[in-house]
Amino acid sequence: MSTVFLYGLVALLFIISWFKDPQKSKKALKIGWKSFSKLLPTLIPVMVGIGIILSLLNPEAVSVILGEKSGVLGMLLGIFIGSVAFMPGFVAFPLGATLLSHGAGYPQIAGFVSSLMAVGIVSLSAEIKYFGKKSAILRNLTALVAVFIFVLIVWGVGL
Amino acid sequence: MKLFKTHLYAILVVLLLILLIIFKPDVGMKALDLSASNFMDMFSVLPPIMLLIGLLDVWIPKEVMIKYLGEKSGLKGIGIVFLLGALAAGPLYAAFPVAAILLKKNARIANVLFFLGVWSTAKLPLVMFEYTSFGGKFTVIHIVSNLTVFLIGAYALEKSLSPAKKEEIYRISSSMVN
Repeated sequence: MSTVFLYGLVALLFIISWFKDPQKSKKALKIGWKSFSKLLPTLIPVMVGIGIILSLLNPEAVSVILGEKSGVLGMLLGIFIGSVAFMPGFVAFPLGATLLSHGAGYPQIAGFVSSLMAVGIVSLSAEIKYFGKKSAILRNLTALVAVFIFVLIVWGVGL
Repeated sequence: MKLFKTHLYAILVVLLLILLIIFKPDVGMKALDLSASNFMDMFSVLPPIMLLIGLLDVWIPKEVMIKYLGEKSGLKGIGIVFLLGALAAGPLYAAFPVAAILLKKNARIANVLFFLGVWSTAKLPLVMFEYTSFGGKFTVIHIVSNLTVFLIGAYALEKSLSPAKKEEIYRISSSMVN
């Protein structure tokens, strides 16, 4: 749904751009293509590598690891798995909900879901290429702090 | 040879995948499926975002970006990056090139960092989905706590960078989109 919208919107913008200035539009196309090909070499191994890692994990094992009685260790593991794993939100949320119904605890799932979204260990190499080592690492550490605070609040209010 | 070098890691993981398919077909096929769906996700957002970046590059003058997202953009800048991030689509890695084009046009580093935070956590379509999966309380705590940390963190991180380091970040990110 959002894919169709995104493609449609950008196609429309490009057509408008083309009518205003074909020369500039060609340049835009070239810039877009070059940026894409610069990102690709770091993304391809990530896509396949994560495919391999996820194929080795099974949901039953994960919901035991993140179980309600797993306590602080479970929360840390949730954060760890979320930081290393890599999947879109529309896969992660239903998975999180399933894990909850299989007996996982809220703080553990909070750690898993929020680090999944904000902390990217596997995309770190791409992030470094864009922003340099220091700022990429510090951004991920900031995200990790955010994750810990979220987990502590969820734990504290007893969701 | 050059092509081989730039895609060395890609070649290695693909080899590993092929070995898995041959020697452990059940795991290998599942890995192939998951990899394919990762690529589908990638192609569902990345090509239009890249073209959008090209269009932004040729049509948005630096002065405009500096006015709205630059050093002195203040609260207005924060508001704009919040909207940009919230209306986004796609995984975090798709935000990197967008952030890079903002930096290339001299947007403030703290604004760009906050933009990455909003993109990662508070994309509107995902927020709705989170609400239906985990309930309102969970979602509100998640977004409020994380965005607070991201906002403070963005300014703190920017402050920790020396002028030379900032210069370097602008240079690196510009070289990724041109």
